[in-house]
Amino acid sequence: MFDRRLIENFDWGFLAVILLIGSCGLVILYSAVSAGWQGTGLHYLFEKQMIWMGAGLVVMMGILVIDFRELDKLHLLIYALCVGLLVSIYFFGQSGGGSRRWLSLGVVNIQPSELMKISLIISLASLYATTVSPEGLNFKNLLKPAVICIIPVALIINQPDLGTGLLLLLIAGSVTLFVKVEKKVIFTLGGLLICIVPLAWMIGLKEYQKARILTFLDPDRDPLGTGYHIIQSKIAIGSGMITGKGFLQGTQNALSFLPEQHTDFILSVLAEEWGLAGCTVLLVLYFFLLLWGLNIAYNCRNMFGSILAFGITAMIFWQIFINIGMVMGLMPVVGVPLPLVSYGGSSVITNMVGFGILLNISMRNFSKA
Amino acid sequence: MYELNKNADRDWIKQRIMAAGLCILIVFVLLFLRLVFLQLIKGEEYRRLSETNCVRLKSIKQSRGLIYDRNKKLLVDNRPSFDLVMVLEDAVSVPDTVSFLSSLIHEPYADLMDNIQKAGNTAFYKPVTLKKDISRDQLAIVEAHKFDLPGIHIEIEPTRYYIYPKMASHLLGYLGEVNREELQTEKYPHVKSGDNIGRYGVEKSFEPFLQGRRGGRQVEVDVNGRVVKVLKTVPPVSGNDLHLTLDFSLQQMAEDLLKDQEGAVVAIDPANGDILVMASSPSFDQNDFIGGISNEKWRFLMDHPGHPMTNKAIQAEYPPASTYKMVTAIAALEEKSIDRHSTTFCPGYYVFGNRRYHCWSKYGHGKLTVEAAITQSCDVFFYQAGEKVGVDALAQYANGCGLGRATGVALAHERAGLIPTAAWKRSRFQESWQAGETLSISIGQGFNLVTPLQMAVFTAALANGGTLYRPRIVKSIEDSSGNVIKKIEPEITGGIPAGKNTLELVKKGLLDVVQGDRGTARGIRIKGIEMAGKTGTAQVFSRKTGEKFDNKKLARTLQDHAWFVCYAPAQNPVIAISVIIEHGEHGSTAAAPVAGALVKKYLGFSELENKTEPAGEG
Repeated sequence: MFDRRLIENFDWGFLAVILLIGSCGLVILYSAVSAGWQGTGLHYLFEKQMIWMGAGLVVMMGILVIDFRELDKLHLLIYALCVGLLVSIYFFGQSGGGSRRWLSLGVVNIQPSELMKISLIISLASLYATTVSPEGLNFKNLLKPAVICIIPVALIINQPDLGTGLLLLLIAGSVTLFVKVEKKVIFTLGGLLICIVPLAWMIGLKEYQKARILTFLDPDRDPLGTGYHIIQSKIAIGSGMITGKGFLQGTQNALSFLPEQHTDFILSVLAEEWGLAGCTVLLVLYFFLLLWGLNIAYNCRNMFGSILAFGITAMIFWQIFINIGMVMGLMPVVGVPLPLVSYGGSSVITNMVGFGILLNISMRNFSKA
Repeated sequence: MYELNKNADRDWIKQRIMAAGLCILIVFVLLFLRLVFLQLIKGEEYRRLSETNCVRLKSIKQSRGLIYDRNKKLLVDNRPSFDLVMVLEDAVSVPDTVSFLSSLIHEPYADLMDNIQKAGNTAFYKPVTLKKDISRDQLAIVEAHKFDLPGIHIEIEPTRYYIYPKMASHLLGYLGEVNREELQTEKYPHVKSGDNIGRYGVEKSFEPFLQGRRGGRQVEVDVNGRVVKVLKTVPPVSGNDLHLTLDFSLQQMAEDLLKDQEGAVVAIDPANGDILVMASSPSFDQNDFIGGISNEKWRFLMDHPGHPMTNKAIQAEYPPASTYKMVTAIAALEEKSIDRHSTTFCPGYYVFGNRRYHCWSKYGHGKLTVEAAITQSCDVFFYQAGEKVGVDALAQYANGCGLGRATGVALAHERAGLIPTAAWKRSRFQESWQAGETLSISIGQGFNLVTPLQMAVFTAALANGGTLYRPRIVKSIEDSSGNVIKKIEPEITGGIPAGKNTLELVKKGLLDVVQGDRGTARGIRIKGIEMAGKTGTAQVFSRKTGEKFDNKKLARTLQDHAWFVCYAPAQNPVIAISVIIEHGEHGSTAAAPVAGALVKKYLGFSELENKTEPAGEG
């Protein structure tokens, strides 16, 4: 049952990149939680994050034991389980910050919307693996994936967690485009969207809803709230200049000008203390991570595995892009964490599960069925 | 089946992967360029901004909505308050600056430092309020020493101002600082810690309308914390103004008449349920609550025997006494226990079981019809009428008249009163109802409890032919430029369960209370105005039947409460009033004159109005 080739084929390089980014993340988090004119009282978060990272690695290793092809067979079960968790939030969910996102499991709280990302990718990979064709997918092929996508997205946006909902759509969209869609389908759907959006804007939305969306797209419309946060974030990043102010020397972070400095805005802490040099290192590491992911997708001789690997790479990519873009004032402000760097157990575990699957695919691509 | 093994497929997937890789590359280059822009090109500028921490938020407080009476007279306004604030980061040394400041303005050092402590450690660069609402003298001194006081600023904020202190305080209400628990609920989304919210009266009920929304500025400040440049401004939104149904000149008169007494007056327009007067005495000064009421003042208000913090018009429950006889009369007539011609002989008492139930007139009223019994307020007549109707049917009619349930006025803490039934007594005391108790409640004693507002609504309904309105306080809500945001229409909540004939009969009896030669309130007759009313004397302390008490010798707090309800003019009523004077002894002498004076003033005023607008119905 155990194949020695599995060890031989283990992707040590990929694991190294993950560990490197994770270590950088812990250093930055240490800055974020320990700076301050009299301490931020958040020090325990650093220790918690270490525990999460450790737990994440264990989960990652655990995933290696099962052949990823089992996921193909189990995808409906996993999907049903995750949707079930999302629904149960409405009954047993914990509120926080105006939305219900968490399920309490005694010691830890989990965020089912995070697990849903992985589950959706598995389901889409499973569906597309059977329908993929060089000509691209037609309308009929897209029907089932659309349904599978809309259910969790609607549930998550309703929590309300717009950020994760949109992220799910972006991932699903990327995977779909990756397996190729017929041109006429793209044009028709695109055309439809162009017609519906302005119509919905004019008729369907109330004034305050429009205002909320406009603020989301342009934080400057809310100069006392998100707009102010973006300015402070830009000041923090810019003030790092080329080499940064030095480890634990950041002032923007210290004065708690920034909201969520240890979660969503953590990149500004890195940029302030380590400058352009530090940011470039992290960007390069991320770039490697993503290319490695694509490489795994390419090398996999199994369609399901390829799409799955691509989907997980897309998931990591969108989080990086949205988070960094947001912190630098290029993207709307949504609560998307920076993989392996932002504080947060659910995010760490989800990403580790993702990496585990990638490693899993990578070490099994010798086995041609 | 999904294995791709042909070379063509390898090429195909390679092409897809390459495209994806290209996308990633483009995005990363974009992110890198943005970093270069922020950290290299604009780096110097951001470094400078970060070193002085000089982009800050300044909050601009909004004005709370104003409150007007029905004649557009301004009752509640805002005035500027000069608040002393400090930005800790800008102060060279916080203790030195504060101690210098304390010597300048003669405020205890400890108090000022206390406020800094309270602000906690998150507010290092945010202004901390040291002292709210400083005096003009203090302001002048601080302004003169501005440059010796780094980090100290004056903020001008609109503050609530009640133009007529102690007037209509219970109705208008007061403000108080929002507390932590309230901030955690999602009830006040735009309220921040330190803000005031309505705590009582219409200030509380109409909080969402009055509140408005805070604005703010993003500013750049220099090393001393002075604003050099305003980057962005969000203007504050003023709260909406309330237009009350209150007639303030009448309210003032009612409060003057109540002065030094404990009690309440409610006046209602029978045509729509508008509250013209709602006075409760003793009163309190709402301005004392601005910026937090002092401990001594609060203690004084709480310990005051007259309960100044209670709105007696809606929160105090009294036995209705003889004003309840209208209900008994309606019930008896509608249940056909009596008719307009049936008579009862009153010898001054009524023997029931082995007890004598006394009439207030110990010589008796002789032979009476229902109409005369109302006019003379004969207890014996109503003992017998109530006995025939029975406790539960009586309660049904009382509920129909709006008693025993809240009127639904837009004020918090309204009490529902109490109309007893046999079932109520069983569940409350585990005892069955005694027939003798029915006699007591028939004349409004015993368990019965009503609020002055309930009696006013009931009287207004008698006046207008039987329609019970929800008492209306606010007519319309307008934004600061005068656009109507919301109109509050009169709302019917029920009708007196009585036919036209019954109502006419009862009203005839009420008319004679004032206008008749034997009426109990004939003393307040006003020339030229026909008035209908009913007196009542509520026993505070139950005495055994037959026992003799000299009221004058009793302690004041054991003396009877005086009731009077009335409406005028009798034929075409425009005002219904209920008055209670605690320990006023007799309705006819203590309460009725208050109502009489108000009617006189109100009708005199309306006559003038009618002259200018002859179009009114004749």
